[in-house]
Amino acid sequence: MIELFDVHKAFGPNKVLQGVNLTIPKGESMVIIGGSGTGKSVCLKSVLGLVTPDKGLITVDGQDAQRAERDAFLARFGMLFQGGALFDSLSIWENVAFRLLRGSLKRPKSEAREIAIEKLRRVGLKPEVADLFPSELSGGMQKRVGLARAIAAEPEIIFFDEPTTGLDPIMSGVINELIREIVVEMGATAMTITHDMSSVRAIADQVAMLHDGVIQWTGPVGDMDASGDPYLDQFIHGRADGPIESVR
Amino acid sequence: MLLSPIAAVGRSVLHILAMIGQVVIFAVQTVVHFVRPPFYLREFFQSLLSIGFFSLPVVGLTAFFTGGALALQIYSGGARFNAEAVVPQIVAIGMIRELGPVLVGLMIAARVTSSIAAEIATMKVTEQIDALVTLSTHPMKYLTAPRVMAATLVVPLLVGIGDIIGIYGGFLVGTSRLGFNTAAYLQNTADFIQATDIISSLTKGAVFGFIAALMGCYYGMNSGRGAQGVGRATKLSVVAAAVMILAANYVLTEVFFSA
Ligand SMILES: Nc1ncnc2c1ncn2[C@@H]1O[C@H](COP(=O)(O)OP(=O)(O)OP(=O)(O)O)[C@@H](O)[C@H]1O
Ligand SMILES: [Mg+2]
Repeated sequence: MIELFDVHKAFGPNKVLQGVNLTIPKGESMVIIGGSGTGKSVCLKSVLGLVTPDKGLITVDGQDAQRAERDAFLARFGMLFQGGALFDSLSIWENVAFRLLRGSLKRPKSEAREIAIEKLRRVGLKPEVADLFPSELSGGMQKRVGLARAIAAEPEIIFFDEPTTGLDPIMSGVINELIREIVVEMGATAMTITHDMSSVRAIADQVAMLHDGVIQWTGPVGDMDASGDPYLDQFIHGRADGPIESVR
Repeated sequence: MLLSPIAAVGRSVLHILAMIGQVVIFAVQTVVHFVRPPFYLREFFQSLLSIGFFSLPVVGLTAFFTGGALALQIYSGGARFNAEAVVPQIVAIGMIRELGPVLVGLMIAARVTSSIAAEIATMKVTEQIDALVTLSTHPMKYLTAPRVMAATLVVPLLVGIGDIIGIYGGFLVGTSRLGFNTAAYLQNTADFIQATDIISSLTKGAVFGFIAALMGCYYGMNSGRGAQGVGRATKLSVVAAAVMILAANYVLTEVFFSA
């Protein structure tokens, strides 16, 4: 279970998070939605300690994320970055198997490569891409390699920052199903950011909407349409007029 | 109003002191990672290759031409005191004690510091450093320690090679253009060089290599956002490395030769 209590974060005068409270139950899939630039990515990064909150508390299974022993703490997580963040000096399979080639999860090279190729297949990539370099792939392919890397070591908690952005509708469907599978079959806890409402419906158990630095609405995905929250309604129907300003 | 220039001076002094503090902390952390496992051998050997081997051409050419020019200068300058004969000795001592290490150091700052800074800054900007952290890999250990370690070990070697090639450049000019006898030139060179000269040369190389790689990593890791951040990090790293190398050169020369 991941809990955020009153998390604040500002970059200079830009107050991004202004008291985020959120609970992600173990083994559930939480989807975070919200306008561009509202701090969704910052929110994920603060759980991992990549961004240090100015104020507030983040706990994972009751343990303060900032005090936790870093290696053991991070070993439980996998993360897909919004931009993919592949290592461009390493080949695709070495990217995917990064964790399996060093540190506590280290295993023989041939085995790591096999696992990498299997994970690539799960995100819809052929074994032939394994020996290419990130710069030789399209944006959507890089995104999927990032996804394969995030799930390679089968972490308990997985963060996906816009997993389907830049993918064609069929591939989006494949990825949505994959995320669902990971949560259902592996019992992982997932936190996904997406702008794609069909993904939200396909992936989410719980939905949270971030707006103006706070969680504007949160609840089960089934309650989303009848929430009565004007912000959420405007967002899910993509209307230009409503309480959310279109210039931000 | 009257005090504002003084306040500005104070601010920049504080700023510089803070930066020195940060660099020192960064250096100490790097050295700690040298000795604490895990070690990333592949990154280390790759750095050895890119810093050492691929710098050979530029180091060789720089040293060669400088050695040649040095011989000409000493010959024409020495002629004013009827001291043309000291060319072999002065070329040897000049190359080994000063020009070899300094030139190699500056070339490494231009070639290696800039590329390290640009590479790491780009990794930072594209979230690759964050990705490393989430993959349980310490960026300092994975990126900084292998590069700094490799530079510290391999730059002395480059300096040694630069010294030899520089002396050879002087020898070629001396024997072909200035009429020195081949055997006598070599004999004079060999007789004049002392162990301290060589030790100081290689020590300087190690220190300059450490500085060059460290500054590249420091500015890369602390890069701002976007392409502008990368450009700025690269520029600042080269300037800082060059200035620090020259300052360190003075300090080391004091240590070795002022007695
Ligand atoms: N390292 C940083 N330094 C300064 N400002 C930052 C930093 N990271 C994020 N920000 C700012 O925080 C705000 C929120 O950024 P964030 O990336 O979390 O947005 P987001 O909700 O993920 O948007 P999008 O949907 O477009 O990805 C933005 O205004 C951004 O400029
Ligand atoms: Mg984002």
